[in-house]
Amino acid sequence: MRRALVAAALAALVAGCGDDERPGDRPRLTVSAATSLTTAFESYGPRFAPATVRFNFAGSDELAAQIRQGVKPDLYAAANTKLPDQLFEERLVEKPVRFAGNRLVIAVPADSPKVAGIADLARDGMRLAIGAEGVPVGDYAREVVGRLPPAEARAVLANVRSEEPNVGGVVGKLTQGAADGGFLYVTDVKAASGQVRAIELPDRLQPSVEFGVAVVKGAKQERAARDFIDGLLDGAGREAMRNAGFEPPPGG
Amino acid sequence: MTARPLFPIALAVSLGAALLFLTLPLLAIFLESSPAELLASLDEPGALDALGLSLKTTGVALGVIVVLGTPAAWLLATRRFRGHALAVTLVELPLVVPPAVAGIGLLAAVGPQGLLGPALEEAGLELVFQTTGVVVALIFVASPFYVRQAQATFAALDPEMLAASRTLGASEARTFARVAVPNALPGLVAGGALAWGRALGEFGATLVFAGSLSGVTQTAPLAIYERFSSDFTAALALSAVLVAASGAILLGVKLAMGPGALGRADARG
Repeated sequence: MRRALVAAALAALVAGCGDDERPGDRPRLTVSAATSLTTAFESYGPRFAPATVRFNFAGSDELAAQIRQGVKPDLYAAANTKLPDQLFEERLVEKPVRFAGNRLVIAVPADSPKVAGIADLARDGMRLAIGAEGVPVGDYAREVVGRLPPAEARAVLANVRSEEPNVGGVVGKLTQGAADGGFLYVTDVKAASGQVRAIELPDRLQPSVEFGVAVVKGAKQERAARDFIDGLLDGAGREAMRNAGFEPPPGG
Repeated sequence: MTARPLFPIALAVSLGAALLFLTLPLLAIFLESSPAELLASLDEPGALDALGLSLKTTGVALGVIVVLGTPAAWLLATRRFRGHALAVTLVELPLVVPPAVAGIGLLAAVGPQGLLGPALEEAGLELVFQTTGVVVALIFVASPFYVRQAQATFAALDPEMLAASRTLGASEARTFARVAVPNALPGLVAGGALAWGRALGEFGATLVFAGSLSGVTQTAPLAIYERFSSDFTAALALSAVLVAASGAILLGVKLAMGPGALGRADARG
């Protein structure tokens, strides 16, 4: 009797651990996506008919590192095209697709009068929080700063007080008033529901921000993953992206 | 009938499973890369900065915890006052609070827009993005480990020994400093080691509250997290150092205090 109980308990445990779907269930699509896609994808997910979607949001670079270590989501959506392209070259994902464009902006706490433009970020004592190197939002920020005159660029970088692992970290430091400014996508500012204000960058400083998505090689839900991408390009996904403030991919 | 011989086997199996489960990830850190590769990855300024910063901040935090925590633990162990149980629970609360919540709580309390933010700003004390902020986060998450252990150790001291000290005319302070602390030393050291270990591994509260900047707030765990996405071998190398350091702390305490030090102290707690 006792042994039977233990066996039953173990069986229940093992069954609980597995996430293989039973017949009749909708397939479960696992999507690793950049933090900056949270609002758009969470609105798209429930409207995606072919599968129940589970999201894993983090910095694009962190998600890429997970895939390199053998983690297998069905889909990988990044805040740049560099990371999906790298994974494609490493034969870890299929050919990436550009599915959205975005704009980098200077982000400041909503009620802060300290920053009116990029020149203010170079002022002494300014506290900046930006993405870490390798995190797309951090790389774009460095691209912007790199286009400034060298002395101004050095002054801006000297004011960086924190290098955050994803856009959420930057937003948090701004909403808490810990940082006076930083660089975010215009969509992050929109998603921060009024707590953060965007200051547009002059055109000459604006980097080309493109988001790429790819089906992960060996994905269990390859069919649904492709459908998800199709919806992003032309369907409920594109609408969700537009509502969140994304633009169509540049030149596409 | 079969229940009796089965039980010892079940015990052995469960210990075996626990040991395998607990050691495998730590062993894997050393097996995943060659020692030469690990050493080479450590030879970059950022990695050494992070380790140095971790040593410095955990050292200062531990000092503050011991100085403030020891008398507090003595009071909790030797006096019963109104709200005693509540005080003990409050001291233990950070143990079960998620680290990210600790970071958010610190921001809400002593961040620039927090409850005490304006007062701190007036006093010229800046914590967010500062090394001091890291120390504050470490003290918050690690001090319960020490205070809990110290309280249990003080409570387990022979009451007659303490009474004898008082009878012989020693003041309360003298009894505390000359009798209680020396006799409780093994347990206090064990508590300090646990707190240090927790501080060394602190991640979430530091990132949320103090941020991450190489040389200022980026401690070893934060540096590991950053390297995880850019250079996995470098992340392994730093992890190996942390595992070795934590292991050395544990082993050092056990050796210094005799084989029973941590075990005995734990049993009391």
